[in-house]
Amino acid sequence: MIYRLVFENLKHRPVRTVLSAIVIGIQVTMILTLVGLSHGMLQDVADRSRGSGGDIFVRPPDSNLLGNSGTMAEGVVRVVRSVPHVALATGTLVQPLTAFEFITGINLDEFNAISGGFEYLEGGPFKNPDDVLIDDVEARSKHLHAGDTLDIGRKWHVAGVVASGKLSRIFADLKTLQEIYPPAGRISTIYLKADNPANIDAISDALKQKLDTYKVYKMEDLASLYSVNNTPLLPQFTAVVIGIGVVVGSLMVFLSMYTAVLERTREIGILKALGASPGYILGILLRETTLLGIAGTIAGILMTYGTRWLMSRFAPTMTVNIVFEWWPWAGLIGLAGSLIGAAYPGMKAARQDAIEALAYD
Amino acid sequence: MIEIRDLKKVFHVGDVDVHALRGVNLSVARGEFVAVIGPSGSGKSTLFHILGGLTPPSSGSVFIDGRDLLAMSDGERTNLRRTSVGFVFQKYNLLPTLTARDNIEIARHIAGRKTAEEDPQFQEILRLLGISGRLNHKPRALSGGEQQRVAIARAIVNHPALLLADEPTGNLDTENSDAVLGVLRGLNERLGQTILMITHNPEAATFANRTVRMRDGHIVD
Repeated sequence: MIYRLVFENLKHRPVRTVLSAIVIGIQVTMILTLVGLSHGMLQDVADRSRGSGGDIFVRPPDSNLLGNSGTMAEGVVRVVRSVPHVALATGTLVQPLTAFEFITGINLDEFNAISGGFEYLEGGPFKNPDDVLIDDVEARSKHLHAGDTLDIGRKWHVAGVVASGKLSRIFADLKTLQEIYPPAGRISTIYLKADNPANIDAISDALKQKLDTYKVYKMEDLASLYSVNNTPLLPQFTAVVIGIGVVVGSLMVFLSMYTAVLERTREIGILKALGASPGYILGILLRETTLLGIAGTIAGILMTYGTRWLMSRFAPTMTVNIVFEWWPWAGLIGLAGSLIGAAYPGMKAARQDAIEALAYD
Repeated sequence: MIEIRDLKKVFHVGDVDVHALRGVNLSVARGEFVAVIGPSGSGKSTLFHILGGLTPPSSGSVFIDGRDLLAMSDGERTNLRRTSVGFVFQKYNLLPTLTARDNIEIARHIAGRKTAEEDPQFQEILRLLGISGRLNHKPRALSGGEQQRVAIARAIVNHPALLLADEPTGNLDTENSDAVLGVLRGLNERLGQTILMITHNPEAATFANRTVRMRDGHIVD
């Protein structure tokens, strides 16, 4: 019976019901999109790192995994190559262009040997110092084709468009990039391939001994290494966005339920005259809010598919994953925010004086 | 059934004390149909609210079915409304989102009782009220007279000891007024329902067994 009343109340004000659910949904989709973007970007980086074909990579002593800080002397590549069972090794230089955009300097022959070579969708390899290769995602994002000019602070000639998935989105010749971004002879990362996968652990141990201050990572550990919790400030940023979402969602639900309580003052008086306790009245409003929260969660999940589509359409380099394990969390956060927002209007309704409420017009 | 002795009610409005009831004495026997008439401001509604447990008395004694209202907590007065008192209001006060049937059923639900569908006596009451065919309609689809009969059904669905009616015909035309008053008298005569009805209308009061008059917070005869 009480649910019939709750459903009928929600049906009675369809516009407010839909708007409230959408507001909660926006809160849910904010969380899911942010989490999806974090996971998507990290997974994309991890997938592309694996696409380098290397079994192990080495970073300078003062670097961190996800940042691009720190460089090392190119001569370290020779040290790496001298380790037993290292079949191939190549150095790369990563130069940030914007927060999410990098250009990677590679020795094309060495990189091809390790990665198995690029799949050219348009054009071909570097020929001139100002040539770059871009992957198909970058090409789609910037509407570029082979032969076009890529303006990233410096004008580059797009020599070829390659299939995505191999380390970076923009590649230049290593020597050229080293000249443009001094000091010369520096690299960011060394990728190496073992002569046999069974020797990866032995190589890793040997490198750690030989280059004791350097960072040595095995590619098979990437999935756990490239996690949100390992990314500097990302968990805090996520928490702040969730907090803002909860506050905004709570305020909107507060306004919606406060209006609902004012509009239903007389009905609350009727229920009180029938003997409804404060808990019964509060229960009705909290049930309404819970149903709105559930509807909002479903709306939020659906909207997340919409934001993912929008991102893939308008910002293809920003990968948004659908993170299913976050659905219940986002729902619970949305619901908790809604219940917090409904708490005061609910208490106001529960404490309403029956005589005053019955006299309300 | 109802024993009221020296009942007083004072409202504090800002710094001013408003004496709404100044020592009311009234006895109502079980099965009586009593009309309370009087001008506006005579204290009728305050008496109605106190007997219905909607507001506590300031002093005196009020016993309904042997239960002392003065000693009751808020929770106990809520329980009184749930189990022992039924209300009929001038403005019907049906929940607009529910059908007539659900408006009646919600009173059963609040009282923690099974559905009225399983109560043969109540089904008989519905036939007496003449609303059996209108139960699936929402209030906006019912006439004023039908709404008031639904409100009466809701008020007695839990078989309360006392039915309180506050100007039950105040919003109705003569035909519907007579129908509703006839229903109240029928409930009183057939089921022995104790009814206390507040009204401005002397003609409505003639449907009751007894009429008492209020003026300035007192019962004058």
